[in-house]
Amino acid sequence: MFMKAKIKVSRLTKIYGRQTKQALSLLSQGKSKEEILKETGCTIGVNQVDFEVREGEIFVIMGLSGSGKSTLIRLINRLIEPTSGSVYVDGEEITKLNPERLRNVRRKKMSMVFQKFALFPHRTVLENVAFGLEIQKKAKEERYQKAMDALRLVGLQDYASQFPHQLSGGMQQRVGLARALANDPDVLLMDEAFSALDPLIKKDMQDELLELQGRMKKTIVFITHDLDEALRIGDRIGLMKDGSIVQLGTPEEILMKPNNEYVQRFVEGVDFSKVITASRVMKRAESITLGKDGIRVALKRMKNLGLSSIFVVDRNKRLVGAITAEKAAAAIQSGSEDLESLLEKNVPQTDMDTPLYELFEEAAVTTIPIAVVDHERRLRGVIVRGAILAALSGNGVRKT
Amino acid sequence: MIQDFIENHKLPVGETAEWLVDVIKSFPGLLNGIRSVILWIYTGFESFFLFFPPWLLIIIIATIAYWSAKKVNLGLLTLLGLLLIWNLGYWENMIYTLSLVLSSALAAILVGIPLGIWTAKSKIMYRIVTPVLDFMQTMPAFVYLIPVVTFFSIGEVPGIIASFIFAMPPTVRLTTLGIQQVPAELVEAANAFGTTSVQQLFKVEIPLAKKTIMAGINQTIMLALSMVVIASMVGAKGLGRDIFIAVSQIQVKIGVEAGLCIVILAILLDRITQSFGNREPKLNK
Repeated sequence: MFMKAKIKVSRLTKIYGRQTKQALSLLSQGKSKEEILKETGCTIGVNQVDFEVREGEIFVIMGLSGSGKSTLIRLINRLIEPTSGSVYVDGEEITKLNPERLRNVRRKKMSMVFQKFALFPHRTVLENVAFGLEIQKKAKEERYQKAMDALRLVGLQDYASQFPHQLSGGMQQRVGLARALANDPDVLLMDEAFSALDPLIKKDMQDELLELQGRMKKTIVFITHDLDEALRIGDRIGLMKDGSIVQLGTPEEILMKPNNEYVQRFVEGVDFSKVITASRVMKRAESITLGKDGIRVALKRMKNLGLSSIFVVDRNKRLVGAITAEKAAAAIQSGSEDLESLLEKNVPQTDMDTPLYELFEEAAVTTIPIAVVDHERRLRGVIVRGAILAALSGNGVRKT
Repeated sequence: MIQDFIENHKLPVGETAEWLVDVIKSFPGLLNGIRSVILWIYTGFESFFLFFPPWLLIIIIATIAYWSAKKVNLGLLTLLGLLLIWNLGYWENMIYTLSLVLSSALAAILVGIPLGIWTAKSKIMYRIVTPVLDFMQTMPAFVYLIPVVTFFSIGEVPGIIASFIFAMPPTVRLTTLGIQQVPAELVEAANAFGTTSVQQLFKVEIPLAKKTIMAGINQTIMLALSMVVIASMVGAKGLGRDIFIAVSQIQVKIGVEAGLCIVILAILLDRITQSFGNREPKLNK
């Protein structure tokens, strides 16, 4: 789905201090941060980081404070000048641009959303959103029209003439987002954009970002210190520690295959049910086919497999319903042959991408397993209660 | 031994100053240029204010005062204060003084704001300008009269220039402060959207520093007003001269009346410039 690399970061390094050249050569010799600090007095902000962000994905850089993540995002648009290494956007080497062309990239290609919103208090909401276009010297009419469009996207069109301090935190950050979107950039850099918000508002904003992203397909680099947030919105996550990316992968890869102790410790407290999807815990579905198999086949198969119910599909493998062993046995005794009339049509079902926690309630009350269907309603698997419990304990998940 | 050494080797501080004055005097073209510009500004103000009959000017200024803060009290205060000055017979002298104050304040603002911005942006400038401003403000203002008179002889111009030197520091200082106080994250946000340094200054920094800069301008005007008596010693017309005469001839009547006029003028200038500075109430968080 995501193929093209939109942003490419290669051996990107930021060293703070006076003797950066010396520190850089020590770094390439593989000396540790502490040794370099001792020898040169320089601190390493970002240490030879490599990654690619694919077009249209949300790439989350996640790390605790001091891990260098805020520096890293600023190296991408050169709000902080890298010490060495390069950043490419669409193949253009950002790190080699002269000031004027860099300004152009910032104006048209990359916008930024800030942790503390950084709205201009002396400008109205509309003027804030229009700021980027004003900087590009666009005509007043055009910039206000585009700014209104951006405000509409985040649902704040009625607040255009208010001042930022009159809005709540969540609304202010929507303005921040609208301001970034008004330029219609390809790339959004979001620096802890939701970290200053209340938990509930934060979740709303995440949902809204995902919803907007579904429509706009921007390439987003998102910084956060909140693992839950990273897992929720990230297509891929880079975990940062001490200026390096220690693991890079999809949320599930990070959770299931932490490649060192640091990541392991990090993911220990994670609520697995929010990350693991139905498709990862489902088991092979046993089914009979309507119009081909009869009641007797159904009962026999249930007996052989030790099941109390079995799903029924049509010839295209589409889920039709389920039949219980009890009903099948009763039907055979009374001499009925009509399978369809015995069908339980209202069976619990879910799609492949549903996170486990949304299935808890269903799993608790249902007497038959939960059917997992794809977008064409074809039966792909079943989820039994035991599988959910096993997944939550960190076991029993199918590895990719 | 040490005493002898110190007492017999006087450092040529005063001599250096004299030498410097001579050097500057050797550029008569430059000095004449400055002189004509200042005079042009001053006579501009003077003839503008004297163009109106007093009653009309009083109404205009009172209206501006009211409009600056949308407060009836301030408009009324201005009206009564100016009427009193007119009534006491000091109208023309007040106009001379006002023109003197506004000319020196204008010059101080025109030089002070750019200098303040530069000082905020450059560490080296900050290190140079800060002690110079301290010097300008603490050196007794009379001292400025001496070189200024040698450069510009007597009259309004040397008075204005001495006031300008004495009154400029607050504008520079508060402009610097205001620009430095603009939150770094807002400057960063502006940069992230691709502002040039000029756009950053005019669209973000100056608007956000405006209140502080206005406070500096207010202080500058007040300091310029405090210089009017000193300026009259080198021949500037106005209320300052009245007071100077009153002091030298021990005339209580003139002294009190002219002094009262200066107080009124000071209060009005202070209130009006303050209300211009506080104009965007929406900005108050």
